Amino acid sequence: MDYQTPTSAEDAARLLAQEGAEALAGGTDLLVKLRAGMATPSMIVDLKSVPRLRGIEHDAKGWRIGAATPCAEIGEHAELAAAWPGVVEALQLIGSTQIQGRATLGGNLCNASPAADTVPALIAAGAICEVAGVSGERELPVQDVITSPGKNALARGEFIVGFRLPDPPKRSGDAYLRLIPRTEMDIAVVGAGVALALDAKGVCTHARVALGAVAPTPLLVADAAKALIGTKVDDAALESVAAAASAACKPIDDKRGTVAYRVKVAGVLAKRAARIAYQRASAK
Amino acid sequence: MAKHHVTTTVNGDSMEFLCSTEQTLLDVLRDELFLTGSKEGCSSGDCGACSVMLDGRLVCACLVLGVEAEGREVETIEGMAEGENLHPLQRKFIEHAALQCGVCTPGILVAAKALLEKNPDPTEIETRYWLAGNLCRCTGYDKIVRAVLDAAAEMRATAEKGAGKKSKSTKRPETASA
Ligand SMILES: Cc1cc2nc3c(=O)[nH]c(=O)nc-3n(C[C@H](O)[C@H](O)[C@H](O)COP(=O)(O)OP(=O)(O)OC[C@H]3O[C@@H](n4cnc5c(N)ncnc54)[C@H](O)[C@@H]3O)c2cc1C
Ligand code: FES
Ligand code: FES
Repeated sequence: MDYQTPTSAEDAARLLAQEGAEALAGGTDLLVKLRAGMATPSMIVDLKSVPRLRGIEHDAKGWRIGAATPCAEIGEHAELAAAWPGVVEALQLIGSTQIQGRATLGGNLCNASPAADTVPALIAAGAICEVAGVSGERELPVQDVITSPGKNALARGEFIVGFRLPDPPKRSGDAYLRLIPRTEMDIAVVGAGVALALDAKGVCTHARVALGAVAPTPLLVADAAKALIGTKVDDAALESVAAAASAACKPIDDKRGTVAYRVKVAGVLAKRAARIAYQRASAK
Repeated sequence: MAKHHVTTTVNGDSMEFLCSTEQTLLDVLRDELFLTGSKEGCSSGDCGACSVMLDGRLVCACLVLGVEAEGREVETIEGMAEGENLHPLQRKFIEHAALQCGVCTPGILVAAKALLEKNPDPTEIETRYWLAGNLCRCTGYDKIVRAVLDAAAEMRATAEKGAGKKSKSTKRPETASA
């Protein structure tokens, strides 16, 4: 197995285009798979030496997070946490302190687990991926990346360079909640991310609701967003959000939860996350 | 594929080794550099027995490739004591009997030291969350958490004394310890 450390996006794309090449960011998914024999690449392309994949910046277009920035570093960024608290609380849920030191947003998304914690929060926030490949760069909304469990929409040679988040509008807020059977170190039974914005009168003008672990891919639930828009996020609206979220689920039965349980909990978490997002929006 | 020649810093000393891509940093520390303090519990990131510092961040050495250590700084349990002088955390672990078989201990000590560097005065809850990725199957966590909090208190008192000597003024009045 070969190991390469390209220092430019062009070199990284050229290497990743080769047969048997696999990208490495924090390795917290990939090294587990290598050890288990579930991944057998002939070349590992370590993306961490490409400067554009590291760090957090703010410019006229909003926020940009390098795809290979470790979660521990993102979690320490106070301004980003103030702007997008739901995204940051989602990424801080990943693993232990040790896993936080390595795990990245690019890895969490490209590993394409239906239960990946950052994905519903990023989808709700409207995050866009900057994708680089041998024939140039393109943009891809986060909700279009995961196509089925373990599969993503990137072509051979393509990889994620960074994530773009807009500046949150006035009176807006986001939140992410997940249910796990323990208090730490487990995989989500359900995850729910909500982002919304209010007008001066406190009426919801924009909303996005996304769910994880309740279908083969994370879901953007348009009906749940519709249930919020035009309301003051009162109890009746929250009940409609819960109903729409539950209706969108197509979950599996496994040791972490039955179909009925996941469907029910998805509604409860969507409602609670919407309430937290509303409180955050009202406080701004 | 030929082996990689890696130059790295371990506990402040420059070191070189040869490794294949497949070898993790944990494999390299134990099998190439014979630093066997870091333990292998699971090799899947779940137990924390292999905890080391990599460029100042706490990580699982079992989830880092050995070749990734090129040009970087690694700190392991072997760098914790200064010669015969144990680190306060190590002394407190002995005092509180915070270990039995000891397999989890090096990882917990490295992780606890990282916590106290970031937060010299953690609450019990903060300590428990910080150490959630370090599993112990024999001692139980109470003694471990108490040892860490006690070491933290001692280290704060020592730091205050040191600062007091330099500035000849004590910020806080002496408080009786419970
Ligand atoms: C003990 C433990 C606990 C965990 N807990 C959680 C949890 O609570 N929630 C959760 O969601 N996950 C959890 N995980 C899974 C994992 O930590 C996350 O999915 C993490 O974000 C993966 O990021 P990484 O950088 O380590 O990925 P890597 O292992 O480096 O990569 C994962 C996959 O993505 C590809 N890839 C990586 N970066 C890019 C890129 N920029 N462009 C294209 N492809 C790329 C790689 O080729 C690989 O196939 C846990 C893992 C462990 C070991
Ligand atoms: S051996 Fe590395 S976490 Fe268990
Ligand atoms: S003392 Fe045996 S595992 Fe902790």
